[in-house]
Amino acid sequence: MEFDLKRIDEIIDACGCEAKNLITVLQNVQAELRYLPNEVMEHIAKRMDISVAKVFSVATFYENFSLNAKGEYVIKICDGTACHVRKSIPILTKVRELLELSEEKPTTDDMMFTVETVSCLGACGLAPVLTVNDKVFPAMTPEKAEQLIQDIKEGKIEC
Amino acid sequence: MLASRQELTAFREACKAALNAQKIRILVCAGTGCVAGGSLDVYQRLIDICKEKQLPVSIELEEEVEHESIGIKKSGCHGFCEMGPLVKIEPMGWLYLKVSVNDCEEIVEKTVVHGEPVERLFYVQDGKTYEKQFDIPFYEKQTRVVLGQCGQIDADSIREYIAEGGYTALEKALFEMGGEQVCDEIEKSGLRGRGGGGYPAGKKWAQVRRQKEEVRYIVCNGDEGDPGAFMDRSIMEGNPHRMLEGMVIAGIAADAHDGYIYVRAEYPLAVKRLKRAIEEAEACGILGENILGTGFAFRMHINQGAGAFVCGEGSALTASIEGDRGMPRVKPPRTVEAGLFGKPTVLNNVETFANVPLIIANGVDWYRSIGTETSPGTKAFAITGNVKNTGLVEIPMGATLREIIFDIGGGIKNDEEFKAVQIGGPSGGCLTFGKEQLDFTLDFDSLKKVGAMIGSGGLVVMDEHTCMVEVARFFMNFTQNESCGKCVPCREGTKRMREILEKIVAGKGTLEDLELLEELAETVSKTALCGLGKTAANPILSTLKYFKDEYIAHVVDKKCPAGVCSALKTFRIDETKCRGCSLCAKKCPVGAISGELKSPFVIDSEKCIQCGACQASCNFGAVICE
Repeated sequence: MEFDLKRIDEIIDACGCEAKNLITVLQNVQAELRYLPNEVMEHIAKRMDISVAKVFSVATFYENFSLNAKGEYVIKICDGTACHVRKSIPILTKVRELLELSEEKPTTDDMMFTVETVSCLGACGLAPVLTVNDKVFPAMTPEKAEQLIQDIKEGKIEC
Repeated sequence: MLASRQELTAFREACKAALNAQKIRILVCAGTGCVAGGSLDVYQRLIDICKEKQLPVSIELEEEVEHESIGIKKSGCHGFCEMGPLVKIEPMGWLYLKVSVNDCEEIVEKTVVHGEPVERLFYVQDGKTYEKQFDIPFYEKQTRVVLGQCGQIDADSIREYIAEGGYTALEKALFEMGGEQVCDEIEKSGLRGRGGGGYPAGKKWAQVRRQKEEVRYIVCNGDEGDPGAFMDRSIMEGNPHRMLEGMVIAGIAADAHDGYIYVRAEYPLAVKRLKRAIEEAEACGILGENILGTGFAFRMHINQGAGAFVCGEGSALTASIEGDRGMPRVKPPRTVEAGLFGKPTVLNNVETFANVPLIIANGVDWYRSIGTETSPGTKAFAITGNVKNTGLVEIPMGATLREIIFDIGGGIKNDEEFKAVQIGGPSGGCLTFGKEQLDFTLDFDSLKKVGAMIGSGGLVVMDEHTCMVEVARFFMNFTQNESCGKCVPCREGTKRMREILEKIVAGKGTLEDLELLEELAETVSKTALCGLGKTAANPILSTLKYFKDEYIAHVVDKKCPAGVCSALKTFRIDETKCRGCSLCAKKCPVGAISGELKSPFVIDSEKCIQCGACQASCNFGAVICE
């Protein structure tokens, strides 16, 4: 796959070339591409004058960086303590079942949905919650989640 | 750009006058919780309706405000998230709950035009209607100091913050006190770090001040990773200037000129508000190279986390700001000697910094009049889980768990039986309190006596339907996932402890496993490198201590008393209720259910995998789980 390396350079320049800005660069690149492809990470290493190993080590350490392409809609189901005791797992099970996904296979083949869990979104007052592309949906149930996915598929909800 | 103290004073007067010129102020809560409930639509709708009616709306506080205008603003979190979206009406002090777009017309017509309340939106408890926010029992029993302005002012407006007395503490520190005296004052106040450990903040600042190295840093830990804690989020979203002011004052005290705020990636709104607050403060000359014409420089930087719980640990956090993997290092040297970029660093969390302006502005005596002798001040707690009023509360140090859960939290949801409360999250030291511990007071020292820490302040309430063994497994799964992998005790220990707990909840545990679990837990507590590892075993040790009988029930009787662990459940069909519709047999994934149509079906317990699909499918409530 071809990537617009000029755009990547623009991002690096905007953040600054010093090594301390690596995480910010990776965040902005991922915001653009939705993941971090190997070629792009190699390019970043060269351009910022740090080793490829360093870029990989940082990219693989943090939960938010993904080396694989994600779906158009990223569904994050909160499994923080508050959501957990208000039964978030049945919601996760339902969503995975509906989209035929699992822990090992988080993204649908049509690249539409990615399902992940997150440790706490800090919206504990509304537990259990899930987010779709950072939009928060409060007080979920397996049934409401099913409806939500249906609505997204039909284009009724913008996220 | 304000270039002197006089100019700030004049600016404050102008802002005050502008605020007072608004005859009514409508504050729509725009915290994460209420936004999720649709508060931004309510905000927009209110503006649209007022504009349609050609009422004089002012959205941003300008210096020249039209007299008798209507202020419509987005405020920070009120903490009463259960009842959102919230709309506050000032100066009446009314609080409207669960406001929807459809209520806006009535609010404008009655409240804005005629100054009358919309009574149906008021809070009702036990048949009594509460007009004013601070009469509601949830608020009445709190002491809102640090969170005092959250929800009361426009979170996006430096003018409102200044009008309400913001940056007077900075003024005092800059023009009257100087670094030495600020350090003394904070030390005398007894302010202790709100992030977990409770280390005296003034002492820390003085240590950095004494360092020979000239370049120093102020770092704010906004990586609030404890599941179930969100007070720092609320401060960053609801009153970002209070925290910035605290950081600049710390800069004066430690003679530092750069501040870094590390915010976790899950808080995008907090980042947005902080960025705006920094821009506004720079434009006013309150941040930057020459603060209020004094020549004192303080630059503020924001770093966003990338999803690693361990980054809440000091040395991991500074490593992450430096662009590295966030892994803790061996100490000494401590952060005050060699922290960020190897320079002396003051590292405190959001709530700690937010306390500072209050102490400087109101004095040590005032501060010490709240809380206990060794833990002065207040503490914000996020109270969540199976409790009626979830949300954010602030109480003086030394209050009891009973007061928080029952008086403020309103007791257990659906009037179930209280079982336990988990305090402090997995990093801050997590203890599970049983009924006997309810009258335990919450302050740094008394918690230390029972081997816990106050942590960041998350309180997760659990009712009788919560299995404590499963909760221990949940936490171990969390710490295992978040272990950075640097030291063996944490990396391997958490994995093995999780395996044993998984074995127990699967009904395959033995009494020897319990012994091994306890031994492992103690070993990891003693030998792990950082706070995350050292406290990782707390959920196990505390549940073993207070809920041993539940572990025994799992390993000896092979029963889960709370009915949570599915492997320990047995399903059977109640013959008197079963209509023989065969639906359950069709749903059963392993073909464990058989029978003839229109006569009761039976479950073969040998084949049953306890998935519960039959129970969920039955329309007659005939499938019973034991």
